[in-house]
Amino acid sequence: MTEDAIKAVRLTKRFGAVTAVDAIDFAVPRGSVTGLLGGNGAGKTTTISMLLGLLLPTEGSIRVLGVDMARNRHAVLPRMNFSSPYVELPHRLTVKENLVVYAHLYGVAGVRRRVEELAEELDLTAFLDRPAGSLSAGQKTRVALAKALLNRPQVLLLDEPTASLDPDTADRLRSYLEAYRRASGATVLLASHNMPEVERLCDRVLMMRRGHIVDRGTPAELLEKYGRDSMEDVFLDIARDRREGLANAAE
Amino acid sequence: MPPSDPPTVFPAPSPRRIGAMVLRYWYLLRGSWPRILELAYWPTMQMILWGYINQFMAANSAWVAQGAGVLIAAVLLWDVLFRGQLGVSVSFLEEMWSRNLGHLFVSPLRPGEWLTALMTMSLIRTLIGIVPAALLAIPFFGYSVFDLGLPLALFFANLIAMGWWLGLLVIALILRYGMGAEGLAWIVVFLLAPVSAVYYPVTVLPEWLQWVAFLLPSSHVFEGMRGVLFDGAVRWGELAWAVALNGLYMAAGVATFLFAFRQARVRGALLQTGE
Repeated sequence: MTEDAIKAVRLTKRFGAVTAVDAIDFAVPRGSVTGLLGGNGAGKTTTISMLLGLLLPTEGSIRVLGVDMARNRHAVLPRMNFSSPYVELPHRLTVKENLVVYAHLYGVAGVRRRVEELAEELDLTAFLDRPAGSLSAGQKTRVALAKALLNRPQVLLLDEPTASLDPDTADRLRSYLEAYRRASGATVLLASHNMPEVERLCDRVLMMRRGHIVDRGTPAELLEKYGRDSMEDVFLDIARDRREGLANAAE
Repeated sequence: MPPSDPPTVFPAPSPRRIGAMVLRYWYLLRGSWPRILELAYWPTMQMILWGYINQFMAANSAWVAQGAGVLIAAVLLWDVLFRGQLGVSVSFLEEMWSRNLGHLFVSPLRPGEWLTALMTMSLIRTLIGIVPAALLAIPFFGYSVFDLGLPLALFFANLIAMGWWLGLLVIALILRYGMGAEGLAWIVVFLLAPVSAVYYPVTVLPEWLQWVAFLLPSSHVFEGMRGVLFDGAVRWGELAWAVALNGLYMAAGVATFLFAFRQARVRGALLQTGE
């Protein structure tokens, strides 16, 4: 068994003359929560899309749970899942219908029981029979997370999982994710703009800018390296090329 | 050094995943009675319109009089082709409209399984649309298309297969050009209608168009239909041409779809689709 749940080597994506992701190397250890951070256009969503196989890399390789995604992607997809506020579930199907369909697609055993379990845990019961399109943004986010957890994934890719949630719901969801990770030992790759969330959830962080990974480490290591008190400031140092923080990092 | 991979494997399609996608489209259909009604509405209206034309022409045209119900059979079979194509294209468009492709294709669902589900749903939608119209033709005009017997099943199979590969080509174009190509789903079949010789023999067409008609499975089916209605004989040669051409075009349609799907993964179109 390999130590890394995800391993990307010289991963590159070019769209015509634009290089969205430029020969990045990284590994995500099994059981860790790794944050993928960067400003808009840094290459986070492109990277996640390549990890999922929605986007084919121009160059480089990806292994997930030891499987080469270019050759045997379908061998590992049943053990992965993904949630993003930018990819929606069918609006006219009810929440329950959506979850049932995806449970079957992922080969979940005991579909009804699993849907009820997630509905209970993520507080979806009140709107299980409502069309997905009629939900509030926060409800949709919870439903998307339920869909992402249907198959109890060993690798979970989350793109801004708490975007559009109020602080109370976001906090409950983070607690749920922490508990899920502890119980399942799953590996989580989390793209987020919410720095307190990153500090709370992530063991490690990959900082991206303009298609490159410009720094990496634990939140504590990065705070020390940049001489900052919060990940928000570290993020701004990198995103804005701020001299002070970068000088600290260079030292 | 990464561990060496086992050889790439292509496991058999999963009936459960195919069933899940059929269920997804069925949920959508059953959730809206106007949608179900609409499926049967147009074929029924067309049947009534052409039924009266048939009745009038039978009294005024020796040709129509020889083939009882020829225009009714033609319009019903034409709708099999149209509904078959639309059934594939519209189910695909549902995924585009709901921006769901990203979720579908990070799941274990394979493109081939999805296509099988689209075709299954097309069959269901076509039957819901056509069967009521065919049954209503009996009390309205005293004509039963079911009297065509076994050849009817062969005509149906060939026309719906043609609808499927046309649907695949429409999907490929939408994957390539985005929702700007959406309108093709509703019009592409009508481009082929004049050369399919639905309501008249192929010999009516100018010679060069007869060659175009010869390359379409639909023209062979409609010639075959007239053979049964006018001569009481099954023209097996026409059916063989229809089957061979459909086999060829289906292979081309699947290959074109798979190429367009792969190109969509190269361009990131699976995530960016939607209105």
